[in-house]
Amino acid sequence: MSYHSFLLEPISCHAWNKDRTQIALCPNNHEVHIYKKDGNNWNKIHVLKEHNGQVTGIDWAPESNRIVTCGTDRNAYVWTLKGDVWKPTLVILRINRAARCVKWSPKENKFAVGSGSRLISVCYFEQDNDWWVCKHIKKPIRSTILCLDWHPNNVLLAAGSCDFKCRIFSAYIKEVEEKPAPTPWGSKMPFGEVMFESTGTAGWVHGVCFSDSGNRVAWASHDSTVAVAEGGKTAVCTSLTSETLPLLCVTFITENSLVAAGHDCYPVLFVYDSNKAALSFGGKLDIPKQSAQKGMSARERFQNLDKKATTDTKEAVLESVHKNSISQISILNGGKAQCAKFCTTGMDGGMTIWDVKTLESAMKDLKIV
Amino acid sequence: MAKNTQSSRFRGVDIDEYDENKFVEEQDEASEQQGPDAREVDDLIRQGDTMTAFHVALRNPPINSKNPAVKERAQAVVLRVLTAFKSSDIEPAVKSLDRNGVDLLMKYIYRGFEKPSDNSSAILLQWHEKAFAVGGLGSIVRVLTARKSV
Repeated sequence: MSYHSFLLEPISCHAWNKDRTQIALCPNNHEVHIYKKDGNNWNKIHVLKEHNGQVTGIDWAPESNRIVTCGTDRNAYVWTLKGDVWKPTLVILRINRAARCVKWSPKENKFAVGSGSRLISVCYFEQDNDWWVCKHIKKPIRSTILCLDWHPNNVLLAAGSCDFKCRIFSAYIKEVEEKPAPTPWGSKMPFGEVMFESTGTAGWVHGVCFSDSGNRVAWASHDSTVAVAEGGKTAVCTSLTSETLPLLCVTFITENSLVAAGHDCYPVLFVYDSNKAALSFGGKLDIPKQSAQKGMSARERFQNLDKKATTDTKEAVLESVHKNSISQISILNGGKAQCAKFCTTGMDGGMTIWDVKTLESAMKDLKIV
Repeated sequence: MAKNTQSSRFRGVDIDEYDENKFVEEQDEASEQQGPDAREVDDLIRQGDTMTAFHVALRNPPINSKNPAVKERAQAVVLRVLTAFKSSDIEPAVKSLDRNGVDLLMKYIYRGFEKPSDNSSAILLQWHEKAFAVGGLGSIVRVLTARKSV
């Protein structure tokens, strides 16, 4: 587990390149900084300045090496590396509110942008006009889209929204792809069709993630719950209410295990059992430093009792690696099926890389199935 | 023009109703949610069986109901039960609840905080401490984010 503090400001969003040697992140302003790993140090090699508002989403396509960014200035740019410089191409999203999140599709021929205009813009490149064109998914979204994730078949898109629902839409664009094969979520997939809509949870959906096979989708909601739905004739939905503060981001690390992190500043493991259709808490994935217990003098005890009405010796210092909320989690190695390393960035401006094997051996009862 | 802007009685249409961006809450059935049975709870308290009274009071919460009188009645019943408990009995009572029960108890506790009466705040704070130990910050977050509450 290695922690690197990039900045003092929060990291709004980040994305890794294909071989995980470079990271693109937004230091809570209008720019995107790209850092390259050099031994144990990170050197800033590029600064991408084009947005007029805070950059809210970055995604780096591994195969085609293109970066897409979206921001509160209602624009998205697709950046391609020409020689040693990243050149932007504007994409007109036709939205009248800020863009909140962006994701490349698995085949990298389209990307989806979630925005505050209560719609999702699915953009694809039109060869004839040499221009990125977008189509909107509007109904039945009632509020801001906070998070997106693509299904491995390149057509289905899961979206978490501020109207307390997680939905799976079809983003099938006939100009760029063939008709998709039937999936457990349904077989007819015209553009904009709602394949699944969640019920039950109350609270903005902050993070959503498909499993590696695409048969399961998990989402984290602001009422401190995590839920998993499994596609099928009748989609089965199970949720777990937790005792912690709300979680902001969630990802599958194997077909049955999820890692989520949020306002409690440490990642948490959840295990999904499909036979019992139950989600359970797997463990807290943070190894706190054992701080030396200082003995307290009687005078200190009285002072504490007077000031804080308690004789507790614990100081009000967070023992976790991140000192502020974790806002994004990304898989580094192994994909969503057998993740070996994942990375978290947060509002403390730091980035931590977690190694799954080390965590498994360090926490005794942790089992990642 | 001056004459036109004085009275708006001629406006027959409420245009806000037709605004397609208006967020309409989902309507749910409120049929069986009449709140706990006050008489049954009173009897149990008089007999001294506070634990059963507690469980009865937490049944049938008027969550989906739009009737404020039903909610007031339910709140009054629950507050009576909570006040009838001895301090030492609070912890086992909270432990006997499941996850949803603890969330529901938290909702009633916060509702009780809204309208403090003589001794209610002190008692509610004791209940809050025990419920927090079991439910954690998550249960409080759920009180704050609940769309349909008691």
